[in-house]
Order: sequence, then C-alpha cells, then structure tokens
Amino acid sequence: MDDSELTERLARDLDGSFELLVRTHVDRCYTIALRVLGNPHDAEEVAQDALVRAHRALAGYDPQRIRELRLRAWLATIVVNLCRNRVRRHPLPTTPLAPLVETGHEPRADGSTDPAALAVAGADRDRLAALLATLPDRYRIPVVLRHVDDLSYAELAEVLGRPEGTLKSQVSRGLAMLRAAAIAHELEELTA
Amino acid sequence: MNPTISLTDDTPGGLAPALFEPAPVHVAEHVLVETGLADRMAPIDSPLGTLWVAWNGRGVSEVEQAADGAEAARRHEARTGRRTTVATALPPSLAATIGRRLAGETRVRIPLDLRGRTEFEVAVWTKALEIPRGEVRPYGWIAAEIGRPKAVRAVGTALGHNPVPLIVPCHRVVRTDGTIGQYSLGGPRNKRTILAAEGLDPDGLEDAARRGERLSGSTTTKIVCWPTCRHARRVQDRYRVSFRSLREAGAKGYRPCKICRPTAVDAAA
Repeated sequence: MDDSELTERLARDLDGSFELLVRTHVDRCYTIALRVLGNPHDAEEVAQDALVRAHRALAGYDPQRIRELRLRAWLATIVVNLCRNRVRRHPLPTTPLAPLVETGHEPRADGSTDPAALAVAGADRDRLAALLATLPDRYRIPVVLRHVDDLSYAELAEVLGRPEGTLKSQVSRGLAMLRAAAIAHELEELTA
Repeated sequence: MNPTISLTDDTPGGLAPALFEPAPVHVAEHVLVETGLADRMAPIDSPLGTLWVAWNGRGVSEVEQAADGAEAARRHEARTGRRTTVATALPPSLAATIGRRLAGETRVRIPLDLRGRTEFEVAVWTKALEIPRGEVRPYGWIAAEIGRPKAVRAVGTALGHNPVPLIVPCHRVVRTDGTIGQYSLGGPRNKRTILAAEGLDPDGLEDAARRGERLSGSTTTKIVCWPTCRHARRVQDRYRVSFRSLREAGAKGYRPCKICRPTAVDAAA
C-alpha cells in the first residue's frame, strides 16, 4: 500500500488503521534511529516514542490535514528530532575522524575515491555501522535518511530544513568519508 | 552471498542492504498498547485471590476473575475487540497505585480506559469512587447524587457492568433496603468477602437494616449519617440513636451529615 492510500485510511478511521501505519513504518523508524544514535536500546525507545507521538498528533489533526501529510518524511522528522533531543541530553561518545586524516585517508569531496561498492559480511556490517557512527551529525543524518532509509532530496529538505543543494553535498561528503574510512579499516573491497 | 552495497549517491537506499535492521517485535507491540489499540494483562493479589488486570496507555481497562491469564485475555479480547497479551506483572507504578487504592487511599488517581461506555455509566462509577473504604451507600444515594433520583435500577445495572471492580468500588454500593445485594465479580458472596476485608460486618449491617436502623444519629451533635459513615461510627454507643428515615430524624431535630449526605434518598429510605 502506498502512503497516499494509508493517509486516506488514517483520515477516515485513525484508530482502525493506525496499526497498519505501525506495521508499515516501524522498521524504518527503528533503522533510522539505530543508525543515527548507534545503539539498539536508545533506538527502540526513540522508535516507540516517535510512533506514539505520531498517533497523538494525528488524533489532533483534521482529516484534510492527515490526507495532505507526506507520511514518510513526516515520520522521519519525528524520529530525527527525538534522536537529536536524546543526543543533546546524553552526548554520544564519538571517535574523531582526525586519525583517518593523519594516516593519509582524508576523504576527497569530489567522490573520486574507490571503491564504489563493498561486499558486506556480518562482521563487516557491524564495522560499517561503527564507521557511519563516527561521521559528524551534519553528514551522518543526511546519509542515513538518504541511503539507509531511501528518502528523496525533496523529502530530506523537508525533514532537515536545509536546501537540497546543501544536502546533496553533505551526503556526497558523508559518503566520501565513509569510503575513506572503509579503506582505512580494510573492509573487504569489491570494486565496481 | 553477502549483500553488495553502493557507496555512491546514484540511487537512494544504497546502504540499506547492509544497514537496514528490522525493529524487535516488541516495539510495534509497545506502540499499540501505548496508544490504546492493544492491551496487556497481568495478575494481582486481592482479597478474592488472583485477579487479572488489563491495561493500555490510556489506563486500566478491565479487572476480572479467570482460571488463568490466557482465559482472561481471551474474554477481554472478545469484549473490547483489542488484541490482548499476557504479561508477568503490571508496570511497577501502576501496581503501586492499585495497591494503594485497594489499601484504602482515596487520593490516588488510577487512569481508567472507559472508551465506549455511556455518560451515565461513567457518572455512576465516578460517584462510586467517592465512597471510602469500610463504608457503604445505597444505590439510591448514587442515583440522587448524580441528579437522576429515579434511576435507581439503572444505577444497579451500571454498577453490574463496572469493568474495573475493586478499583471502582461497586462492592460498596448496597441495596436501598440495606441488604448487601448483587455483585458482578463472581457473585454476592465475593461482595461480602471484600466488605469484610475492608472491616465491615455484612451480616450485622443486614440485621440492623432489618430492624429498621437505616440511619444513625448522635444525640450530642444532632447529626444523622449513613450507619457506616466514619462520623457515625465514632459516636459512642450511649449517644447513638437510629432512624428509619431522614424524615423521622428531621422531625426530631437532626440535620443530615455534610460528609455522607444522607439527604439524597429520603424518598427511598
């Protein structure tokens, strides 16, 4: 079911169709929170809280407003804001990128660094997640929304309130950092 | 085969094969309970033995007797249409509030989920909440207090439909003739058990009512009360006097207690 059909149903009968919204979106809410915050416990709480808040908000909206919602971006906004609040209260311990720069793996913003693709096995998956967690917020959050979730740049602009052009360069820079970090940490390469 | 991920910005979702992670099942479950679209159920101890309490994010939605949690959940689902899962225990804060209420504290607020109930039912149950532990009031008193003095029978029906017995103390509402009356949670015998556990003597109450002692006054204060009102019960025997009706008390110069307000059922007394 696409989101316009879902919002139509929510507008007609919120309590009758909210479970469908939960089933459809819970995994992506959780994934966004997990990759932004970097730990499963906080991600669970944020995903739960976000969906409960979504229900409370929808209960206060008139049907027309619910129909006009861009659900994917709207939910992502709630999740990202809750993640930010949480980080503000309990700052994440982050690994600075400086060591990567020192070892000569400074990311190039033009994206010319290889590899373009990686084969990711179980352990590498965790390492990739850990590398992603080291990116500064302003790169990590757009990368998560665009590439772990799959929002369009228009949706990203809605969630983060930044111009699309800015977000494109932040995503590109974030990916470049990730590539460099992947090389530095010898993730198995698979050159496209 | 390991998933291959793309580290380019060509198509969205490139990292998803590696970094997408389904939420643990309890996340969705928690959201549905929290929003009142599904319920949980857990056991509590009571003077009637184990009872099963159902709740969701809006409040407590049912208290029932059942052989086990599965049966309680099945019946609750049938009544409410909401999926109900059995938990090992209530959330600690809710367990504590219910415990304090059952122990007689009247100021604890227990949130209740009374969706789908009529305004009249909710008015009856809210009024019953005012009756302190260790005291009883007649059905007619509730009817009068909620401004529906003639709806005595409907009050009885509403109390019979009380979804949260013990929490809403419908066991403290007795028949206008002073007999203990019916009880929804497993029958009249349970009503007597609970009243006895709250320090009352159900047989003694019925005997007194049969002797025509419907109201109790004090010769020193010239105030008349329901017999179980805490102000009536602290009157010493030598100053205590009984009345058949408020009219009789009024004729002898007694005024109704402002706490238990026996005015209300003059007609029914």
